[in-house]
Amino acid sequence: MDTFNAIIQVLDSTIRLSVPLLLACLAGLYSERAGIFDIGLEGKMLVGAFAGASAAAVFHSALIGLGMAILISVAFALVHGFASITHRGNQIVSGVAINFIAAGSTIILGQAWFQQGGRTPALQPGERFEAINWPGADAMRDVPIIGPIYDELISGHSILVYFAFAMVPITWWVLFRTRFGLRLRAVGENPAAVDTAGISVAWLRYRALICTGILTGVAGAYLSMVQNGGFVKDMTAGKGYIALAALIFAKWKPVNAMFACLLFGFLDAAAIRLQGSPLPIIGKVPVQFMQALPYVLTVILLAGFIGKAIPPRAGGVPYVKER
Amino acid sequence: MSTPYAKLPAWADYGLIPLINLSVAFIVAGFVVLLVGENPLRAAVILVEGAFGKGTGIAFTLFYATTFIFTGLSVAVAAHCSLFNIGTEGQAYIGGLGIALVCLSFDSTLPWWVIFPMAIVAAAAFGALWGLIPAYLQAKRGSHIVITTIMFNFIAASVMVYLLVGALKPAGSQAPQTRNFLAGAELPKLNWIIELFGAKIRSAPLNICFLLALVMAFLVWLLIWRTRLGYEMRTYGHSPKAARYAGISETRIIITAMMISGALAGMMALNPVMGDQHNVAIDFVSGAGYVGIAVALMGRLHPVGIVLAAILFGMLYQGGAELAFEMPAISRDMIVIIQGLVILFAGALEHMFRPYIQTLFASFSPKSVGMQAVKGTGA
Repeated sequence: MDTFNAIIQVLDSTIRLSVPLLLACLAGLYSERAGIFDIGLEGKMLVGAFAGASAAAVFHSALIGLGMAILISVAFALVHGFASITHRGNQIVSGVAINFIAAGSTIILGQAWFQQGGRTPALQPGERFEAINWPGADAMRDVPIIGPIYDELISGHSILVYFAFAMVPITWWVLFRTRFGLRLRAVGENPAAVDTAGISVAWLRYRALICTGILTGVAGAYLSMVQNGGFVKDMTAGKGYIALAALIFAKWKPVNAMFACLLFGFLDAAAIRLQGSPLPIIGKVPVQFMQALPYVLTVILLAGFIGKAIPPRAGGVPYVKER
Repeated sequence: MSTPYAKLPAWADYGLIPLINLSVAFIVAGFVVLLVGENPLRAAVILVEGAFGKGTGIAFTLFYATTFIFTGLSVAVAAHCSLFNIGTEGQAYIGGLGIALVCLSFDSTLPWWVIFPMAIVAAAAFGALWGLIPAYLQAKRGSHIVITTIMFNFIAASVMVYLLVGALKPAGSQAPQTRNFLAGAELPKLNWIIELFGAKIRSAPLNICFLLALVMAFLVWLLIWRTRLGYEMRTYGHSPKAARYAGISETRIIITAMMISGALAGMMALNPVMGDQHNVAIDFVSGAGYVGIAVALMGRLHPVGIVLAAILFGMLYQGGAELAFEMPAISRDMIVIIQGLVILFAGALEHMFRPYIQTLFASFSPKSVGMQAVKGTGA
């Protein structure tokens, strides 16, 4: 029973750890499918986390916090769009710039506004998103096997967790079953064709980036308002890049993205759980190995040893209208 | 990189436009200072005075600049081959491993002038090796170099943490770093050069790596514009198709360019490790690799520009430390913002002001922009 409880606990933290990855990964999915590489997921999450936690602390409302997180994150996404769509700048350079601006400004503004060494004030109940207990979770707790699964894994998460997982089928539906999705995918593969059909390439790509901004904003809000009771400097700690890795690992598909993020989240949870304790058969695994595994797996995938990852064809190429 | 824009006279292209972009970046940074509630002009004065006001300040500025010359050159060499090497950070980190191995083995027996060349070779070799794998994957398997080099930065960090809390840490020590090197692995300081001009220097880490950086800048210029290899790299960077038709091997050129880039990145580690801290500690690169991107873009991928841009960023680092001291509301992270803004305006938005300047040039002297001006301005 102990092993079972341990497994449930690891899976529970897997879900918690993979949510920000999943949101950021789906965010990247929209922009990359539209042909805009986005290295700046990390930065947008960070500003989202900062804006969310500060607004929630100042206005004493979790919802206002979430709204601000989304707003600021979208604003950064639009800067990326302005540079890479309107001015046809290098998308990677622009993404790198956004990460820097985000990393610096969240610390400077946080220190100037709250004087707590780059932290925002600790969020009180009501300023964060609380866990939702599903009906019957308490009654189910003592039922063997199903009880803990229902109580720990399914129930007892915050609304943003359910939102993240709901976004998987929604994203699939938007991309593969709506006119907007079809055009969005087309603009990532062959923008000239979309242009010929009389649809604005720039406006489509801007809309894709707005979707990206919304989702990274929610991801940031999750980090600072659910996982942590406030903003801490550099709290994304490379999650944006892991999300990027997950996106490639998922071959730019929403359902795969969920599994990739769950896998990377599981590696993270297992690394925390296993800290120092030996595994059967393999022996003691260094924490650093577990931490590097998502990146190593992605490189191996990119090298084409586990299937082939084919990015959208027009990815990274600014569109120049023919004349 | 083909642009849909017409040509400008060289001085406008390499002087005026970077200057405008830089000014805009600083004006926006000034607004951030305003938002924090400080006076941007006073901040600028403190920054410049802190960097160039005293001899010690100048020495520190040049010390930081040394680091950024290496990383800037590293990014630029790859960029001439149209490869975006974000992995400079990780390559420098692994370069530090090479230096650690050399210094820890020989610092008790050999003098610095024997250890230094060995350390250069080791740093360059380790950095090049860390660049080789992404390069191979790009050339042979078509995996995007940007993504693989980002992944390799994280892998490098994990490897180094693993070694620094394990094998490289002296027994009984708690800090995740190697033991301090003995005098044999300490590089001579260069502070006397500044003292020649009458300035007093208390203690500053400026060392002979600065000269090495300048030599490297010259060699990179030689490589890119005066050798066959450099010509092939630029050809490939301009048009991979043309390079293929000219019989240039794609695999060879990508791998060579990335290895040179990685070697330059690795050599960056010499400056802080052997010139200043005399040990290899966790995260000693601390973002210098990413600064290299800003430096290379600012310097328009030319060694002279890179040296100037590196000094500018050295100034920001040194002056920024003074600024944090004088204005507690502004920490050193202000530089991270400025860095981001410089990358944004000098890199991603480099074409923003171009059409206006072209129109301006065209209206004053149509000859200076050539025949294409009419076609280009509308784009």
